[in-house]
Amino acid sequence: MTAAPLLEARNVTKQFVIGNRFTAQGLRTVHAVDAVSLKIMPGETVGLVGESGCGKSTLGRCMTRLYDITGGELYFEGVDITTKTLRQMRPLRQRMQMVFQDPYASLNPRRRIRDLIAEPLRVHLRLSETEVRDRVRQLLDVVGLSPDHMDRFPHEFSGGQRQRIGIARAIALEPSLIVADEPVSALDVSVQAQIVNLLADLQERLNLTYVFIAHDLSVVRQVSTRIAVMYLGSIVELGSANDIFAKPSHPYTQALISAVPQPDLKKAGERKRIVLTGDVPSPINPPQGCRFHPRCPFATDKCREERPVLTEMAGTRSVACHYPLTA
Amino acid sequence: MTDAVASHRVSRGPWATALRRLSRDKAAMVCLAVFILIVIVSLLAPAYASWANTDPFRSTLDATVMIDGQEIPVMEQSTEGLGLGYTPIGPTWELGNYFLGADNQGRDVMARLLYGGRNSLLIAGASTVITILLATVIGLAAGFFGGVTDTILSRILDVLWAFPVYLLAISLSIVLIAHGIDLGVITLEAGSLWLPIFIIGIVYIPYIARPIRGQVLALRRSEFVLAAIGLGVPEHRILLRDILPNVSTTLIVFVPLMLAINMLTESALSFLSIGVQPPDASWGTIIQDGQGLLYTRPWVALAPGLAIALTVLVLNVLGDGLRDALDPRSKIRLGGD
Repeated sequence: MTAAPLLEARNVTKQFVIGNRFTAQGLRTVHAVDAVSLKIMPGETVGLVGESGCGKSTLGRCMTRLYDITGGELYFEGVDITTKTLRQMRPLRQRMQMVFQDPYASLNPRRRIRDLIAEPLRVHLRLSETEVRDRVRQLLDVVGLSPDHMDRFPHEFSGGQRQRIGIARAIALEPSLIVADEPVSALDVSVQAQIVNLLADLQERLNLTYVFIAHDLSVVRQVSTRIAVMYLGSIVELGSANDIFAKPSHPYTQALISAVPQPDLKKAGERKRIVLTGDVPSPINPPQGCRFHPRCPFATDKCREERPVLTEMAGTRSVACHYPLTA
Repeated sequence: MTDAVASHRVSRGPWATALRRLSRDKAAMVCLAVFILIVIVSLLAPAYASWANTDPFRSTLDATVMIDGQEIPVMEQSTEGLGLGYTPIGPTWELGNYFLGADNQGRDVMARLLYGGRNSLLIAGASTVITILLATVIGLAAGFFGGVTDTILSRILDVLWAFPVYLLAISLSIVLIAHGIDLGVITLEAGSLWLPIFIIGIVYIPYIARPIRGQVLALRRSEFVLAAIGLGVPEHRILLRDILPNVSTTLIVFVPLMLAINMLTESALSFLSIGVQPPDASWGTIIQDGQGLLYTRPWVALAPGLAIALTVLVLNVLGDGLRDALDPRSKIRLGGD
């Protein structure tokens, strides 16, 4: 992959200030995303995985500039979008869309499906009402819904159907990048597969690039070409999906992968399950040194003092660990 | 799937559903009917006056009235004590002929009651429109734009909020009623009906703007608004298409309640002679006229009092019904769905 990245994050940092300055605890800073660098290449699917609260959704929202970032730089199609205002971002959003986790909350309950899907078309393109109507029909058909559903309201659909509506809206302008923020985690397992297949199908048809945020490793493995594993706001391991699943380098990745349910009983018996102790530390007060050291079975004094940076290893793999497992 | 069967069914929107629910609420529908009746009857005031051949705005101390073929003066000379005072005649219970008797100016109370109702309803209605419009604009702007806009608007609301409503309304009225307002753009003459409308409209703004601001604040962070930003929808469009429709139910529920509250406020101001100015009538002014006749001719004060009570009651029940109908989490189930 030598082409120019579609989206590039350089040391992107996002901090939230919470609390009240007049209380005992005062203002506190949540380090949600901590100096993340990531290149998204055209046509690939990058899976962002990690536990709840590790900052993967925040990173997704930073990448689409739904959030202002605290530090670092962001480039989309080579254009610096770090400090663009909401208004300046508007034309770019034609080529950069989001699919949200909760299909119940992300559709305005007071608008008909027709209007929800037509919204991006009306805002960005100058189409006649008949053209908009035809396009909405076509989009509903593409995502596997009946065009007869146009005049319904979101509450009349199931979760999976709503997610299809959200996807139809996201692909309406034929974007190049879609950031899918846990698009299937709110759905039943059987419906998850349908949506994952739909996304894969659309990727082929429309030449899409995905950032696929999820905490379910089996889903991520299925859709991703590359995987970025996040822990407490930072990427700890980055590499091709197959490599990472075959040979995780970071102890955290290893633990995560060992927790994936194994459908094959024979293999399941052989597998060594690594159970991490303790909870994820608070992003308000992250640990010194390696963020993972309090829970790492291999931690040394060096890990407690010095923070490892994401360094490139063989091939396309990068790991942020002093003692990578596959070195 | 049932989709095939139901695919051509016309989908009922949230408004249609609410309307259906409301139409099944018997108490609310009765109250709506009563309220409409009150409005219609009040609007017929001029027709009643001309039919009864009476001028409710002119003193007619020397008029006479025919009762049972006898001509009786409207103002009866007192038979007690020194016989100096005059007492207006009481109710004849005969429509078009001093039905509710006369007031201390010899004017037909029934005709004045209808004219008064017209003014009371007009003031309550117009001030409600002012309150809702301004409160919506302020609430939307403060909640959506946040930051400095929110700080400034919220502090202005706090200042208004800091005064008890009646104290503020009375002070404003006392200052403005005699001289009117001249803001260059808007000029309201002293004694104009628009003065109480304007004053009542202003004093209740915080009571609506605050909850609207809170709702907008929550909607601003909702995922569908975030999704709209992600789609590149301009802010003004998000405000109008995504946020306003979601606060409109709250606004609609406020309308009948504000009508009732505004009507009470108007009556209070008029009763204190700082609302509607004579010879114009409102239910509040008629009560004041009747105050001195309370022992001899109680109907002069009683009739407008009952009118106010009835109107406020039906508006409140209607408001409750509307709230139940519009609340998506309401427990009422509809058959056939």
